[in-house]
Amino acid sequence: MADTATATPVQPVPQKKRYWNETRRSRLTAYTFISPFFVLFSIFGLYPILFTIYLSFFKWDALGPMKYVGFKNYQLITTDPTFWISFSNTLIMGLMGTVPQLIAALFVAVMLNSALNKFKNTFRILYFMPNITSIVAVTLVFSTMFGNNGMVNWTLGIFGLESVPFNSGWWGVKIAISTMVMWRWMGYNAIIFLSGLQSIPTDIYEAAKIDGASRGQQLLYITLPMLRPFILFVTLVSTIGALQLFTEPYVFLGQGGTGSTRQEGVTMVTYLYSEAFRNGFFGTAAATAVLLFIATIIFSVLNMLLSSRMGGDTGGKKA
Amino acid sequence: MSLAAVRKRKPDDPGPIAKTLFYTAMIIGALLSVFPFYWMFVVATNEKDAAFHIPPLLTPGVEFFNNFQRVLERTEFFRAMFNSVVVSSAVTVSVVFLSTLAGYAFAKYEFPLKKTLFVFVIATMLVPAQLSVLPQYVIMAKLQWIDSYKALIVPAMVNAFGIFWMRQYISSAVHSELIEAGRIDGGGHFRIFWSIAIPVVTPAMATLGILNFMNVWNDFFWPLVVLKNKENYTLQLALQQLFTNKDGLDFGMIMSATFTATLPLLIVFLLFSRWVIAGLTSGAIKS
Repeated sequence: MADTATATPVQPVPQKKRYWNETRRSRLTAYTFISPFFVLFSIFGLYPILFTIYLSFFKWDALGPMKYVGFKNYQLITTDPTFWISFSNTLIMGLMGTVPQLIAALFVAVMLNSALNKFKNTFRILYFMPNITSIVAVTLVFSTMFGNNGMVNWTLGIFGLESVPFNSGWWGVKIAISTMVMWRWMGYNAIIFLSGLQSIPTDIYEAAKIDGASRGQQLLYITLPMLRPFILFVTLVSTIGALQLFTEPYVFLGQGGTGSTRQEGVTMVTYLYSEAFRNGFFGTAAATAVLLFIATIIFSVLNMLLSSRMGGDTGGKKA
Repeated sequence: MSLAAVRKRKPDDPGPIAKTLFYTAMIIGALLSVFPFYWMFVVATNEKDAAFHIPPLLTPGVEFFNNFQRVLERTEFFRAMFNSVVVSSAVTVSVVFLSTLAGYAFAKYEFPLKKTLFVFVIATMLVPAQLSVLPQYVIMAKLQWIDSYKALIVPAMVNAFGIFWMRQYISSAVHSELIEAGRIDGGGHFRIFWSIAIPVVTPAMATLGILNFMNVWNDFFWPLVVLKNKENYTLQLALQQLFTNKDGLDFGMIMSATFTATLPLLIVFLLFSRWVIAGLTSGAIKS
C-alpha cells in the first residue's frame, strides 16, 4: 500500500544522518508494537508445535525421563482400533454436521437476502443467536431433548417412528452431536454467505433478467459462481472445525467420567485428550496430534481442489 | 462495506402465496434457532424432571429458585462466575490493547518483512490448537501455573484475529495525514498512537472486545486441561461438572445453571448485535 509510506516523514532535507535516524526509529517502534504477538506465539505456539512433533518420537508420561522410541508411537496408535474408530467418527460426524448445515445455510442466506424479506435485521439476529451460546450449554440443552424419553423421541413417536437411543446408539449419538454442531453454526455460516450475496453487483441480475434467465438459472449461473470464494472459506473453516470436534462428545458422553471415549462418539481430539490426560501417554497423544494436523492439511487441500473444480465446471456450463 | 447493495425488485413478481410460503419458512427456521433458548428457560423453571414430561412441557414454571438452590449446593457457581469474569476481562483488555497496537503498526508503518510477518500472523489462525496443547500443558506445569489465572490469561493476551481485525479498520479509518501532522508537531510514536489513532478506532476496539470476551467466556478445552481444583473452575467447567449421572440427571438444576450462565452473553449480544455480527463475519469478507 502506497499511502502507508507517509508515516515516515519524507522530508527533502539533505541532512542524511537525521533522515536515517527517523526511519530507523519508526521501524524500531513498529517492531516493538508487533512484538508481543511474536513473543507470545513463539513461547505458546511455535515452540509447542515443534515440541509436539519431537515428543511424538518419545515415550513420556510428562513427569519422568523421556525415552526415544522412533516411530513406535505411530505404530501403537495406528494399530489401536479405537484410534481408527475415532478417525472415522470424526469424519462421519464432520460430514453429517457440515454438509446439510452448509446447504441449509446457503438457502437461509438467499432467503435473508431476498427482496421479500422486510425484517432482514430481526431475522439476522434470530438466526445468529445460537452461535453466542457456549458449546457446553448447547450440549446440555440438547441432552435434555435427546434423552431416551426426551422431546425428540416423543416427536418421532407422533409420526409413528421408533425411539432412537440418542445417548448410546452408534448412529443415535452421531445424530445428536451433529445436530448440536448444526444448530450452533448454521446461522453463523448463513450470515457469512449473506455478506457474500450482498457483494454481488445487482446489475448482473438485471442483465440476466433482460436475457430471460429464470430465478433458478440466476441462482445456478450467477449466485453460486460469484459466491465461490465465500463457499470456499466457509467449507474450509467448517472442515477444520469438524476435525477438532471435542467439547460436544466430551460433555455429551462424559457423564460417568470416562464415557467420552465410548466408541459411538470418540473423536480424534477426545482420543488425544484421554491418551495424554487420562492415561499419561504423552508420546502417543503427540503422535495423534501430528496425524490430526496432517489430516487437517490433506482435507484443506482436498477442499480447495474440489471447490475450485466445482466453480470451474459451473463457469464452463455458463459459457 | 456492501450494505448498500440491497436489491430492488420490480413490482411484477411475488404474489401473496409466495409471500406466505416465504415467511412461513423463515419463521420456522427462526423458531428452530430460538427454541432451545426458550426450552432452557422452561426446564429451568419447572420441576426437576420436566425435561421428560409427556407431552413436553412448553410453559415456564415457578421452580427456578428451587432448582438454582440445588446448583449452589453442588458447586460454587458464583465463584466460577467470578473466575470467568476475571479471566475474560483480563484477557479482553490485553487483547484489545495489544492487537490495536500491532494492527496500527501493520497498517501505518513501513518496515522490512512487513508483508511476510503479516501473512505469518494470518497463517497462525489455521493451525489447530490441539497441535500445541501438550507442550503448553508442560510449560504451565514447569511455570507452576497449573490451577492459576495466569495459565488462562498469559497465552491469550494477544491473538492473530485481533491484529487482522484492527489492521483492517485502522487502514481505512485513521488518516495518514493526521499521523504526519502529529509527527511534525513533535509527538512521540506512542503518544500519536494513543491520542490520535485510538480515539478514531474505539468502535472497532469495542467490537473486538465483545467478541473476545464471548470467546474466552465460552472456552472449554484449555481450562479443562489446566484447571484441576474446583475452586478455580470457570463457568463452563462448573456447568459440565453438574452434568453427572451420580444421582440421576437433575435437568431442572442443570438448566437453571446453564440459563444463568448464558443470560449475560445473550443480553450483551442483543444490545450489540449489529457489531457482534459484523465482527464475527469480517474474517470471511476479506478472505
